[in-house]
Amino acid sequence: MSSSTLSTILFAVFVAFTLVLVFRAGRSTKKSSDFYDGGGSFSGFQNGLAIAGDYMSAASFLGIAGTIALFGYDGFLYSIGFLVAWLVALLLIAEPLRNSGRFTMGDVLAFRMKQRPVRGAAATSTLVVSVFYLMAQMVGAGALVSLLLGISDPGAKSWIIGGVGILMIVYVTVGGMKGTTYVQIVKAFLLMIGAILMTFMVLWTFHFNISDLLGAAANNSGKHEAFLQPGLKFGKEMLDPATGLVDAGKTLISKLDLLSLGMALVLGTAGLPHILIRFYTVPTAKAARKSVNWAIGNIGAFYLMTIALGFGAAALLSRTNLFRGYKVDVTGCLMDAKGAAIVDGSVNCTTLENVANLSADAKKLLVPVDPSGNVAAPQLAEFLGGGAGTTGGAIMLAVIGAIAFATILAVVAGLTLASSSSFAHDLYANVIKRGKASPEQEVRVAKISAIVIGLISIVLAIGAQGMNVAFLVAIAFAIAASGNLPAVLYSLFWKKFNTRGAVWAIYGGLAAALILLVFSPNVTGAETSLLKLSEVGYRFDFFPLSNPGIVSIPLGFFFGWLGTVTSNERNVQKYAELEVRSMTGAAIGKAAVH
Amino acid sequence: MGSSEQDRVWAETQASPEFQDLKRKFRGFAFPLTIAFLAWYFLYVILTAFAREWIATPVIGNINIALVLGLLQFVSTFLIMWLYERHSSKHLDAASEKIRDQVDKELAK
Repeated sequence: MSSSTLSTILFAVFVAFTLVLVFRAGRSTKKSSDFYDGGGSFSGFQNGLAIAGDYMSAASFLGIAGTIALFGYDGFLYSIGFLVAWLVALLLIAEPLRNSGRFTMGDVLAFRMKQRPVRGAAATSTLVVSVFYLMAQMVGAGALVSLLLGISDPGAKSWIIGGVGILMIVYVTVGGMKGTTYVQIVKAFLLMIGAILMTFMVLWTFHFNISDLLGAAANNSGKHEAFLQPGLKFGKEMLDPATGLVDAGKTLISKLDLLSLGMALVLGTAGLPHILIRFYTVPTAKAARKSVNWAIGNIGAFYLMTIALGFGAAALLSRTNLFRGYKVDVTGCLMDAKGAAIVDGSVNCTTLENVANLSADAKKLLVPVDPSGNVAAPQLAEFLGGGAGTTGGAIMLAVIGAIAFATILAVVAGLTLASSSSFAHDLYANVIKRGKASPEQEVRVAKISAIVIGLISIVLAIGAQGMNVAFLVAIAFAIAASGNLPAVLYSLFWKKFNTRGAVWAIYGGLAAALILLVFSPNVTGAETSLLKLSEVGYRFDFFPLSNPGIVSIPLGFFFGWLGTVTSNERNVQKYAELEVRSMTGAAIGKAAVH
Repeated sequence: MGSSEQDRVWAETQASPEFQDLKRKFRGFAFPLTIAFLAWYFLYVILTAFAREWIATPVIGNINIALVLGLLQFVSTFLIMWLYERHSSKHLDAASEKIRDQVDKELAK
């Protein structure tokens, strides 16, 4: 049996198993709170696993391992930023948020403000962040499928993206928060097992000597000790093409870009709506804190293992397979999806260097390999199982491939739930119906909006297939850190904060991040831009950094402050209530009276 | 209980010495720790960007300062998690539950 068949079977088993869980959860989902927060009845341990399942996306598993495999140490920076970020959530947000909100991020932001403008802003940024994040995951799903199943036809990829989208709609509409949580727990469990298995096998290969593993990775990469140091991907020394000397200005910009990325990573997590609503699924602040502890334990262990996975891939896999555009067999011949060398007329073997010489018919047989390294982890699995063409290799590839799918599915379900909750609870119930919607109406709207948001993401993701997954995730993190984080922190801890401050912080931070991104090298000005310079011939990359955080995050905090001090609205009474409730959990789960 | 009476409960609780003590114990611990871990994290990021030669120095075998510093970020994250858990269970949980029960009793009147 080929690994793609086995992978499909394993994934089908996962889907069947989770669907059973979700339908069972759906039967016990009766009240509106069951849909939004799973009845608030999960334990800290369960929620900790679910948070880990919600958080460790395809970008974490495939992206970080791939970045380390290609660029060495720099990929590890992601692991560190994504982990340290949890301390913001632990120390400042998880407990007071659990105590003072019910279902959405908007609950806390609008606690002492005018409901309609603040909930409108909260829902807008929730939808924007979640849709960018959703697109990233679904584009990743499409790419993964083509690599694992050997499907390169864009039409087939679109079908896969559509399938993932339909599944996530079913999870969310049928199972609500309870069903989604079960899916995330199962996924976190599988992902940890897969990562532990591969880490153990990599370390076994190097007799548990980390230094030997790093040395082998450095040698095989051809970059030697530079591979183990920062600088191959981020904060590069930029050379002046005319003189060949270091260009001080450009180098400084590239280093500021690294700081900016670091800032968005560490501050973005605590502003992600799908993460924030997970704190509502436990009954008390203490349980919310315990769930973050469990999440940090899980996520930390997983990111430590990315060292073994990434450097292991760098040490053990052929560089041609990792770096270049198409799959080759052990002798270096380009191969087709079935693993046979591509025969082109009288030529039995064509190497990567000569790919351009292939006839049009032969080119159709090529199996593209994602140059961003997203397949490093599955390829490593295949190698550890015995290599391409062996039964062990096929089994390992299939298992890790199925886990990667499960990973994506659990994350997209969490995102869809967060955005449909916010749409129904913030926009529909409080902005459109002015707080007069019945819980049944709210849940019906939430389910309909889950379907609509799911369908929109499917269409957007199919259109965005060529876009870089890391770029889409970076947008989500930058907006979350620039708009949501300042608003949530000010809401919880600043007495004077008011409606105008909240609205300006969210829209200001969101707009700053988006505008800077549009005028950044991500969109125009380079060959790696969305609009390739050589293809469009014009550019408007006035903002030199690829990561807007270093400017847009302080701007978000600034707008929040400016809006607050220029408005006379003060609500001392409501702040007293918020402060007491957020610190103690009094009247927990009850809506604020307005 | 009317809304104005509820407001009175919140305001009185907020002004009470027990609540102010709880708030001080929470903020006095969480805020400095947040500043500390952010400073330590940004120091690490700045070193990876601007102190390339120093950070590349090998420590043992192929393990260099950069990797050690990165691993120390993991260690400090786990350590802060443990410290905060200890602080909360020792100094915050009981006090906050006591105030919560008082307030909920008042509100139920």
